[in-house]
Formats: sequence, structure tokens, C-alpha cells
Amino acid sequence: MNRRRFFGFLQKEFRHIFRDRRTMLILFGMPIVQILLFGFAITNEIKNVNVAVLDMAHDDVSRDITNRILSSEYFHLYQNLHSEKEIEAAFKSGKVKEVIVFENNLAKNIYSKNIGNIQLIGDATDPNTANTIVAYTRAILLNYQQELNKGSKPPAIIQTEVRMWFNEELKGVYLFVPGVMTIIMMLVSAMMTSISLAREKETGTLEALMVSPLKSWQVILGKVIPYLVLSFSITLLTLGLSMFVFHVPIRGNIFLLLGEVLLFVITALSFGILISSIAPNQMAAMLISMMGLMLPTIILSGYIFPIDNMPVPLQVISNIIPARWFISMLRDIMLKGAGWSVVWKDTCVLAFMAVVFLFLASRRFKMKLR
Amino acid sequence: MNERVIATNITKSFRSTKALDDVSFSVNEGELFGFIGPDGAGKSTLFRILTTVMNADSGDALVDGFHLKDEIAIRSRVGYMPGKFSLYPDLSVQENLEFFAKVFGTTVQENYSIIKEIYVQLEPFKDRRAGKLSGGMKQKLALCCALIHKPRVLFLDEPTTGVDPVSRREFWEMLGRLKQSGLTILVSTPYMDEASRCDRVALIQKGKILDIDPPGVITKKFPLHVIAVKSDNMQKLRKDILKVEDAESVYGFGEFLHITMKKENSSTEKIESLLKQQGHQHIEVKIIEAGIEDCFMHLMEHNKN
Repeated sequence: MNRRRFFGFLQKEFRHIFRDRRTMLILFGMPIVQILLFGFAITNEIKNVNVAVLDMAHDDVSRDITNRILSSEYFHLYQNLHSEKEIEAAFKSGKVKEVIVFENNLAKNIYSKNIGNIQLIGDATDPNTANTIVAYTRAILLNYQQELNKGSKPPAIIQTEVRMWFNEELKGVYLFVPGVMTIIMMLVSAMMTSISLAREKETGTLEALMVSPLKSWQVILGKVIPYLVLSFSITLLTLGLSMFVFHVPIRGNIFLLLGEVLLFVITALSFGILISSIAPNQMAAMLISMMGLMLPTIILSGYIFPIDNMPVPLQVISNIIPARWFISMLRDIMLKGAGWSVVWKDTCVLAFMAVVFLFLASRRFKMKLR
Repeated sequence: MNERVIATNITKSFRSTKALDDVSFSVNEGELFGFIGPDGAGKSTLFRILTTVMNADSGDALVDGFHLKDEIAIRSRVGYMPGKFSLYPDLSVQENLEFFAKVFGTTVQENYSIIKEIYVQLEPFKDRRAGKLSGGMKQKLALCCALIHKPRVLFLDEPTTGVDPVSRREFWEMLGRLKQSGLTILVSTPYMDEASRCDRVALIQKGKILDIDPPGVITKKFPLHVIAVKSDNMQKLRKDILKVEDAESVYGFGEFLHITMKKENSSTEKIESLLKQQGHQHIEVKIIEAGIEDCFMHLMEHNKN
């Protein structure tokens, strides 16, 4: 009898979720759109970038390099510059993303001194793109240098001077996948659960259920399981999409990864129930989860802004944000192939949070009105 | 008499306000018992305490023979329709009913006989989502959901609030039939006119029960004389009416003003001529029988002093 009761409740919850087509569409559509956006639109890959060349050498090496750079599909020669004064104007036109400067007597320096200097100036108004463009150019230069050194005994070095700091780890979609996954899981687990419980409060159905023989843990579990299933499948979708469309690697153990996902979902779900036990209606539940969960998660978790670059007080606050630990674990496992020995500390922190939230939530949520 | 609900000295406070102040009463088996009072009188709180959804500060009650402490026993014996109860709008009529049946550990088939009479009206719409039903239909479905587990005592908290007059009457007729099957029903309402449908009513105000009696007895007990007055200028009438000799208090009741008189022998002609002097036209003055509403106002006034 008791099991039938619980499954009746569970069935109802699934019905709520599947009936609400619009929300389902948003929940499943959002990660797809976000991943595709990060993968394609906000891509750091480059194609046909306009560059300007300031060739002060005018010799065969500078011509050779220019040809190589331009013959790749990445770059397109927008203009030739004749003096350093023209560089600023070229950038200001907005068309030129990179200026390549060859020093005087480049060929001569390479053959006699074994050192040639080339300056790469990126348009740092868009630092991510600029970094990538410069990196591509350097790769071509490096290639050229290797070919140049075939046969010649003392190796010649082409020194590139980059006028901007290059963040080597910045690899587009790779970094966004863990972040997107985290945000979606927070949204589905915490926000949707809290709204769904708050809705029952608002419409008085919870009060009607209180009189039923259902236990409070049955109500909580009945609310939690559908969203657990939902967010887990959305996570799998996100992972699959990023693996097969963008070839994001999962270098670590997939089961360890999924285990951590489960842990995080439970943490978020218990947070959601805690919120709904405080919020009197759906609007309040949404506001609390937006203000108290989504914003700090997006801003303070290291998803967009690196934690190391934050002021110390914010760094301290970021410690209490579950997503911070989860994102760091995801990155470790997915991108660096880290195993249990690396992530066990983060796991412990997250597990501790889950226990605390669950404890508070189950204490606060009673089949009673206050 | 077989008493189904006996409340003794129930008190409940929210911070500094007393929601229920030493409330005691008893309801007999098969009785339709009404709680009449304005919003905030404490009706909902009382129902919540009796259905064990809320704890009382002090006092106790026996619901179908069980003390309030015995939550599980009481919960399986009562049906409760909360005040703002509105079902699950995204589930169909049948799904709503089946859900409540399952949660209460029964099936629709098992107890169909109880709700049959009400549910046949809903049956043509059983696949329609509850959110798309009319207000009256929703109320019927909610009643079915509260009855599906065959409760011994039914608590309905303002079931007719926001329902059209025709559906309201239908609803009360359904309650009347349910009562005949031996079900004990406690119902609260802010509408005074619904009091006459109850076997007995408790007038409740600011957490205190002012009077408990059959509706007919309450109105008969009322010692004063009521006169209804109407004219073309109601605002002016309100002021002028106080000049009438022996007028104790004045309340607006729809398009009339009800004046309670200190003496019984005041004449309508006297009032009419007085009002004519004040420049009123289209004057209507008549002696009426005191209704529950008049009694309530009087008791409220009385209680203040």
C-alpha cells in the first residue's frame, strides 16, 4: 500500500514535467543552444582574418613568410603598411585584427646572426580572438623556422615578440562545457524543484497532501527523483553533444565523472528543497534561486571569471559555492584526465555540502504548517 | 448523540495576534456544521488544527474519537479541502481523482459509490485538464478528491469562495445529500446567507466563537427590531438615519441600510416623514426579520463592549 502511494505521487510528478512542454523545451534546448553557441559562434577558431603587414625588410624571408601566412585559409591580407605610424590607424579602422611587423634586414640577421625578429600585434579589444590569431600566426612561423633549419647547422631562430599576454589554456569550447553543464544542472535541480514544491504550496495542494498518509520523505523523494532523472539525462545530452560535435575529450574515468555529476545534482536538489521550504510561493522560489544560486554560480564559480583573478574577499566567498568545486572537478577529470587521487578533496567538500543541505532541508520540510 | 468532533479550549497565536482564543464546541455525527465569520476570524486556522496540519498552542480535540496527537489516525479519517485548494491544473479530471485515491491508499473503483452522484456530472469531461474546468466544476472535482478515501469527517474551508451563485447552491445541495449518508461535515464560509443551509452554525470573530445554535434559533434569539431603509441619496441617508429616534446601529446591506432599533414599537411612517423632511426621495422603509448577518453584526458590536 505504501509503495503504491509513493509511486502514485511519483507518477504525478513525471506527468507535471512531461505536460509542461514549454519548460521541457527550454530545459533540453538551452544546453544544446549554449553548447552550439560556444562551439560555433563564440568560437576561437579563426578564418579569413584581416591582417596588415609592415614589411621593413623587403627580402626573400619576409616575402616567404608573408606568402605562407596568407596562403593559409586563416588569414587575408587587408593592407600593406609603410610605417609604424600607420599601425594604429589600421587597428582603428576596425578591419584589421593583427599586424605583422618584419624588422629591417630580416634575412641578413637570420643568415648571419641566426636570429630574426618579427613582431605580432593583436587587437586586444577582443582578447580571446586576438590570442587565438596570434597563436595561429606563431604556429605558422614555427613551422617555417623548422623548415628553414633543415640542413643548416647552427639553427636559426625567428623570435616573435607578441604585444599581449597569451593565455595558453584558453581553448574555447573545452572550457565552457563544464560550466554549461553546471549551470543547467543548477537550474533543473535547484530551481525547478523549488518552484515545483512552491507551486504546491501556492495552490493549496500541499496542504491537502499533508492530510494524506504520505510521509514527508516520500514527498521529497517524489519531487527529487524526476528532476534527478531529468538533469542527469540533460547532462548526458550535453556531454554527448560536446564529445561528438566538438570533440571535447573526456580524458578521465567516465564513471568517476558521472558519479561526481550525481553528487552535484543531489547537492543542488537538496538546496532546491531548502529554498522551497522558505519560499511562500513560486515567484519567491524563483527569485531566491536566481539571486541566491544562479548569479553566484555564474559569477563566482570560475565558470566565466577565473577565481584566481578575483579580489580576496570574493575568493573566500567562492568557497561556499558548490558549483566552484564541481566545475574544478569536471575540468580536472574531463580535460586533464585526473583520477580519484586528485579530486577526492573536492568531492569531500561537495559531499559535506550535500549532507548539510539535506539535513537542513529535511528538518525544515515537514508535513505541517507553521 | 454521537459526537464526531469535540474541541476543548483550543488556543493558537501567531506572534502577538491571537488567531484562536479558547475555542470549544462539538459536532454530532451526520451534522452539517457551519463556521460563519469574516476573513481573518480564525476559521482556516481552526480547520488546520483539527486536521492536524497545524499544532495548537494549547487545548485539545477529539476527531472521530482520536486526540490531536494521534496524527496518523486522524489524517486517515478526515477529508480536507483547504481554502485556496485548486487541484493540479495540468492533470486531467480523472488523473486528479486517481492521484488522490492512490495517495490515500485506495482506488477510484473501490469508493466510487460515494462520489458517484457528483462525479457523473464530471464524467463527460474526465479527460479535460482541471485547469480548463469552470469554477463550479472545479469545486465539484475538489470535493470528489476530498471524498475519495471515504472520510468519516469532512472539513471544507471556504469551499464556495469565488464560485458563481448557481454553482454555490448546487454545492450546498450536494453537501446536504452527503450529510444524509451519515458523513459529518464542518464547513466554513464568509457568506452569511449560506448559514441557513447548516444544521448548526458557529459565529466566529477574532478567534472567538460568539454563538453556536441552529440558524433559526440564532435569528429568533435576536432581541432587536430591524428596519431596512433605502432612498435616492444613500450617502446622505447614512448620516440622516442617525437622527431617527431609538436607532442603535446602522449597517449597509446591499442596496438597503439596516437599522437596529432599541424599541420594538417604532413606526415606519415616522422614519419616512423624517427622511422626507431631510429632502430624500424614493424612500422605502420596511420592517424585516433579523437575518444571520444582522445577528452577527449585533453580536460583534456586543462583544466589543
